[in-house]
Amino acid sequence: MEHLELFLKSIFIDNMVFATFLGMCSYLAVSKKVNTAVGLGAAVIFVLAITVPLNWLLDQYLLQPGALKWLGAEYADYDLSFLSFIMFIATIATMVQLVEIVVEKFSPSLYNSLGIFLPLIAVNCAILGGSLFMQSREIPTLGLATVYGVGSGIGWFLAILAIAAIREKIRYSNVPPALRGLGITFIITGLMAIGFMSFGGMLTGGDEAVKQEEKTVKVDSKVEKEDKVLANNIKDNE
Amino acid sequence: MALLSKKDSKLITDPLADNNPITIQVLGICSALAITAQLKASIVMAVSVMAVLAIGNVVISLMRNIIPSKIRIIVQLVVVAALVIIVDQILKAYSYELSKTLSVFVGLIITNCIIMGRFEAFALANGPWRSFLDGIGNAAGYGLILVIVGFFRELLGSGTLLGFKVLGDPIEKTGLYAIGYENNGFMLLSPMALMVVGIIIWVQRSRNKALIED
Repeated sequence: MEHLELFLKSIFIDNMVFATFLGMCSYLAVSKKVNTAVGLGAAVIFVLAITVPLNWLLDQYLLQPGALKWLGAEYADYDLSFLSFIMFIATIATMVQLVEIVVEKFSPSLYNSLGIFLPLIAVNCAILGGSLFMQSREIPTLGLATVYGVGSGIGWFLAILAIAAIREKIRYSNVPPALRGLGITFIITGLMAIGFMSFGGMLTGGDEAVKQEEKTVKVDSKVEKEDKVLANNIKDNE
Repeated sequence: MALLSKKDSKLITDPLADNNPITIQVLGICSALAITAQLKASIVMAVSVMAVLAIGNVVISLMRNIIPSKIRIIVQLVVVAALVIIVDQILKAYSYELSKTLSVFVGLIITNCIIMGRFEAFALANGPWRSFLDGIGNAAGYGLILVIVGFFRELLGSGTLLGFKVLGDPIEKTGLYAIGYENNGFMLLSPMALMVVGIIIWVQRSRNKALIED
């Protein structure tokens, strides 16, 4: 249940693109055609699903304050968390390189269709962001970290698929010249983000903070509940 | 004698307008949008990126002849990550509250595509001084957009600028609030950052028709 909750939450509510603006550069650059968008989206799901659990292990057994306990009692005070950026990015760069080699070996056609997008993933902030959010939100188990990685990947995939489909259609519309291309894409993304915010009411029990609040204050009508979640979001953003 | 030759000063002025990293090159957008609800956070982010980009450009430019081209991405990532760790530690030491607001987005400077883009496109082919100027110019272009977005979002969203109440007090109904003005809380939410950038792009491209895409 916990896993399903985190899964849905990372796809819809904490969507990488619409809630935290991660991976926007490749999202804007690669979303002109549905085909390429699908390729990149699949690669992002794959890389996130591998790197988030790997970085979770790194964080748990190497970087956290006191993580080196398994080496012996005298290492228990060590805090290497300042190294996490460099360790995470090293893992990601290595994994991307590995994935590239494996894909080239076993499926040259997929490799050709992805082209430069594979190495680009190494500098996609959604990937590093996934690991950093995993660290800052203190996800407790390896299983949950995997679910979080896959879920955020699927969320990103959905976002880029949707915008690519809209951009293919909007080519036939009469957009003001100065707004064509990038400008209108930004505005559509904003509208989609507003749409995705309404998913915030989907899992009111998912957030621990909301849960605690609900225990103290009884909320009867559904509308009021949604309002509260929205108010919570505002607080987070400030 | 001018401090900078004409060619050098172009390195700084170009990215500010017609070759802006965010609105024209479409780089480094992720962090630009997420932290702009407050003007102060935008300025700190812009300064951090400027420091990392200028110093990183110089370092890469000094090493450009000894980096094997096959592993250059990893070398670049390591240089950026090291610089970002320094910035992050400085922020935590001197401005802990702000570093909490920025949260993971300081770390995400590492994957800010402006930085990789400038390393690849400029520092690997130019000397240290010109790379330094290029770094400053591009980071300034990025910072300019951040400050504009941060300015409008904070002014319209909470009626303050850098924390000062410029439009009057919303609770005691002074200033603009006395004649019925209300804060637009929507500006503080993430979708409005996208809208504001979209509008900036719109304004920029209607002023310079050469930039219009087809």
